[in-house]
Amino acid sequence: MEHTVNYLVCIPLLPLAGAFVLGMMHMFTCKNPLPEKLYSFLAMLGPLGSLIFTLIVFATLREMPAESRYLTQDLFTWFSAGDLHVDMGLFADPLSTLFLLFVTFIGSLIHIYSIGYMAGEENYGKYFAYFNLFLGSMLILVLGSGPVVMFIGWEAVGLCSYLLISFYTKERDNVLAGNKAFIVNRVGDLGFVLGVAVLFWGLHSSLGGAGFDYLNIKASAATLTGGAGLAVCLLLFIGATGKSAQIPLYVWLPDAMAGPTPVSALIHAATMVTAGVYMVARFSFLYASFPLAGDVVAWVGILTALLAAIIGCFQRDIKKILAYSTVSQLGYMFAGVGVAAYSAGIFHVFTHSFFKALLFLGAGSVIYALHHEQDIWKMGGLKKKMPLTWIVMVVGALALAGFPPFAGFFSKDEILFMALAKGHWMIWLIGVCVAGLTAFYSFRLIFLVFHGEPRDQKSYEKAHEPPPVMTIPLIILAIGATFAGFFNLPAFFAGDSMVSTWLAPSLLEHHSEASRITEGVAMVLSIAVVLLGIFYAWKKFAFKPEDKPLIGFAKWAEDKFYVDEFYDAFIVQPWIAFGRTISNFIEPNIVDLPAQGTAWLYGVLGMLFKVFQAGYVRVYAIYMVIGLSLMSIFLSQSL
Amino acid sequence: MIEDYLVLSVILFCIGILGVISRRNVFTVLMSIELMLNAANLAFVAFARLNETMDGQILAMMVIAVAAAEAALGLAVIILLHRQKGRLDSNVFSLLKG
Repeated sequence: MEHTVNYLVCIPLLPLAGAFVLGMMHMFTCKNPLPEKLYSFLAMLGPLGSLIFTLIVFATLREMPAESRYLTQDLFTWFSAGDLHVDMGLFADPLSTLFLLFVTFIGSLIHIYSIGYMAGEENYGKYFAYFNLFLGSMLILVLGSGPVVMFIGWEAVGLCSYLLISFYTKERDNVLAGNKAFIVNRVGDLGFVLGVAVLFWGLHSSLGGAGFDYLNIKASAATLTGGAGLAVCLLLFIGATGKSAQIPLYVWLPDAMAGPTPVSALIHAATMVTAGVYMVARFSFLYASFPLAGDVVAWVGILTALLAAIIGCFQRDIKKILAYSTVSQLGYMFAGVGVAAYSAGIFHVFTHSFFKALLFLGAGSVIYALHHEQDIWKMGGLKKKMPLTWIVMVVGALALAGFPPFAGFFSKDEILFMALAKGHWMIWLIGVCVAGLTAFYSFRLIFLVFHGEPRDQKSYEKAHEPPPVMTIPLIILAIGATFAGFFNLPAFFAGDSMVSTWLAPSLLEHHSEASRITEGVAMVLSIAVVLLGIFYAWKKFAFKPEDKPLIGFAKWAEDKFYVDEFYDAFIVQPWIAFGRTISNFIEPNIVDLPAQGTAWLYGVLGMLFKVFQAGYVRVYAIYMVIGLSLMSIFLSQSL
Repeated sequence: MIEDYLVLSVILFCIGILGVISRRNVFTVLMSIELMLNAANLAFVAFARLNETMDGQILAMMVIAVAAAEAALGLAVIILLHRQKGRLDSNVFSLLKG
C-alpha cells in the first residue's frame, strides 16, 4: 500500500492562504473597508476546502488495512544537524484524522456563525484573517509528522489565541487577558520544548540520523531509559497543562473569554485547548510504558475537573461558567488519557467539541440578543423570546451534564468506567461527584437565563432570535451534540465502539474487562448523580432565585479560591521585583560597565589627542614632514 | 659631481619645507610647494644624466605639467578663500581645530 500522497499539504495550506489574502486585503483597505460579503466568502473557502480534503483523507484511510493505516507527505528537509534530522512532513493516521474531521467541521460551522455574530463590527476582515490563520495552525499541529513540526502549530495556535482574545483592543482588560494567556502558555511551552529535547537526547543513538518523527520515535521508544522517559512524559505534560488549562496553569482560560464569543467557542472550547490531550494520546506509547506519569496526568486532570466545577457553580458571567466547565471537561479528558483509556479521552474531546461549541454559540446568541449583557443574574425568562436558542442550549446542557442519550453521557461514562475498570476507584469517585456538579451548574445557567421572570425588563423587551446564519450552525451542532455519542456505542448497549476501533492503530492501550454488572451499577449511579444535580438546580433556581451576596465557602469559590491573587503575590510580584532589580541596578551598574568603561576610555584618549588638532594648515604640514622623514629613514634602512 | 646637484636639490627642498611650515600667507605657501617640486625635478634630471637614460627627464617633464595644473587649481582655491574671509592668512582657516 502506498503511504505517500501529495494532497495532505492542502489541508493546512488552504486556510493559511486564506489568512494571507484576507490579511493583505484588510491591511491595504482598512481605511475604507471592502464589503463584508466579500470577506465572508473568502473566509469560507479555506475551511470548506480543508473539510473536503479531510473527507478524502478519511475515505483513503478507510480503504487501507487497519494495522498500517496512515498517509504521509514529506515536503522538504527542514534542518539536519548531527543525528537530528527534521523533515517538514505531514502525517495522517486515524488519531489525527479524527481531529481533522471535527476541527474542520466545527471550524467551518463557527466561521458561518461568525458571519452573523461579527456583522457590522470594526476590523471584520482582520477577524476572519486571524480565524483562518488559527484553523491552518491547528491543522499543522494535528498533521505534523513529528513533535518539532507539531510545535510550529502549537506556537501558532497560541499566537492566534492571543490575537483573538485581545481582539477588542480598545479595552485594556482584554489586552491584559491576551497577555496573560500568552505568558502562561509560555510556561507550558518551555516544558514542551524541554520534553522534546530530552526525548531526542534519550533516543538520538537509536534514531541514528533517521527522521525525528512519530513513526521512528515509536519504533525506537523501547530504548528510552526509565528516568529519561519519565522526564519526557512529565515535561510534555507541563506543556499540555499550559495549552489545555490544567492545574496549575488553568488561570488563563477563564480570562480568555474577553475575546469574541465564536473565538471562545472554537479556540477556547472545541479545538485549541484539546491540543494537550491530543499530544498525550499521540505519545500514548510513552505514557503507557510509564504508569507513574499516567497517574500524575490522571490525578492532575481529575483534580482540575473538581476545582473548576466547584468554581463554575458560583460564577455570574455566562461565559465564565462555560469557561470553567471547559476546564473541568478537559480535566475529565486528562483523567481518561491518564488512566491509559486513550480512546475514551479522545472520544470525549470529540463529543465535547460539539456540545461545548454549541453552548458557547448559544451563549453568544443570548449575548448578541441582549446587546453584550453577560451577567446571568440580569437575564431570565428568555425562553419565550428565544425558543430555538432555549432548545439548543438545553440540548447542550444535557450533553454537558452527561444525561443519556446525549453525546456527553457516552464519552464521560466511558472515561469514568475505564477509571473504575483499571482500578482507580478514587478517580472514579471524584469523577462522579464532578458529574453531579456539572449537571448542577449547567442547569443553574439554563434556569437563570431562560426560565423564571425577566430580571432586567429593558433588555428583555429588546431580545430577539438571531438571524438564520447564526441559528443554522446552532441546529447542526445540536444534532451533533445529541447523536455524536452513538459513534462509540459501547458493547454494553450492543454497540461496536466504532471510534475506539478506528483509533486503535494509533494508540497503545489495553482494554480492561470488568463485569457487566459493575458497568451497569456505575452507569446508574452516575445518572442518578446527574439527576440529583439537575433537580437541585431546578429547586434552587427555576422559580424565585435570589441574588444574595455569597458568604463563606461560596464566596471563596466565587472569587476563584484567590488563585489569581496567590499567583500574583507569590510569583508575579516577586518576578516583577526581580525584573526591576535587574533593570534598575544590575543592568546599569554591572552589565553596562564594559560598555561605559570603553566610552570613558575613548573620551580620555580624545581629550589627549585633541591637542594635536590645532586646525592650522602649517601644523598639519609639519606632521606630514615628520611622517615623510620617518618613512624615508625606515625605507633607507631597508636598502 | 652628482653630489653637488643633490645637495642643491636638498637645500631647495628644505627651503620649500620651511616656507610651507613657517609662512602664513597662502601665496607664499603655494610658491614654497612649487620650490619643493622643482627641487625634486633637479634630482630627477641629475640622476637621468648620471644613468644616461631618458626616464628621469620624462618624469621631470610630467612634474612640470602637473605643477602647472596644480598652480592653476591652487590659485583658484586661493581666490575662493579670499572671497570667504577677505584675508589670505592661513591661520584664519582653522575649521579643523579639535
